[in-house]
Amino acid sequence: MKFGVVIFPGSNCDEDMVYVLESILGQQVERLWHKERDLKGVDFVVLPGGFSYGDYLRSGAIARFSPIMENVVKHANKGGYLMGICNGFQVLTEANLLPGALLHNTERKFICKNVHLLPQSERALMTNHLEFDRAYQIPVAHGEGNYFADAETLKALNDNDQVLFRYCDAEGNISEDTNPNGSVENIAGVMNENGNVFGMMPHPERASDSDLSNTDGREIFESILKNFVLS
Amino acid sequence: MKFRAEIDIMPLEALLDPQGKAVSSNMKNIGLEEIGNVRIGKHITLQVEADSQAIAEEKVDEACKKLLCNQIMEYYSFRVSEMQEA
Repeated sequence: MKFGVVIFPGSNCDEDMVYVLESILGQQVERLWHKERDLKGVDFVVLPGGFSYGDYLRSGAIARFSPIMENVVKHANKGGYLMGICNGFQVLTEANLLPGALLHNTERKFICKNVHLLPQSERALMTNHLEFDRAYQIPVAHGEGNYFADAETLKALNDNDQVLFRYCDAEGNISEDTNPNGSVENIAGVMNENGNVFGMMPHPERASDSDLSNTDGREIFESILKNFVLS
Repeated sequence: MKFRAEIDIMPLEALLDPQGKAVSSNMKNIGLEEIGNVRIGKHITLQVEADSQAIAEEKVDEACKKLLCNQIMEYYSFRVSEMQEA
């Protein structure tokens, strides 16, 4: 599997992502500079976390028009895999590749802490090899992570099994108390209807190295890879 | 011709505006209990070259829809006026 990690001005989780994919998971990785247009034959594009273009105007609003994004959108529209983490998720909603939007956290604070996630989608590559009754501990670090979608969009997300994760407590209970940022229905990540574009606010790449005493995030990447073992 | 646009972008009424809420709740601290429901958006000005007012408005509308405003969470309004030559 060949991954491509896009680097925008202001991306700051790009090297963490490359390190995890390359050194921990043993995958081939290309760095894709935002001013280039060539996707270098990658199978799976990743938009990393950070503050692309300084979060000017709205998080992700300007990055979506970077030169590299034209071919990233084409890649996704042809069914190619595309994942956005944190700021990458914001870019994907701004590019209309994922439904909904990410608003300011309801408490208006930047939240940087460990949260727990309960996997939801039985068909998503990122979750289909996870345990559905186990809370995965993954860090979040964002000011605009409050996922919003209107009632009609939410119904479609639920009906089509497009919700990847919901915020929960360490035992896997989902409630208002376990919602760090005000996200509708505790949603922490979603995918598109076609199942090839994924976005989540928490950072699995920050919980993948055993030196950091938490490898719950690595299992999310491994879930993706397990889907390709036999194909 | 050169036109100047003044654009207002506001969070949708149905959505919580945490910034506005925080400012609202501070009004009473400065003795202005009468003031509430503060909502905070963005004001953007720009210049546009166009052959007519209608074309200038079309361009500004396109800029709002494509980039300046995310209509999932915001709405916009604008005024366009011809700039006087100095």
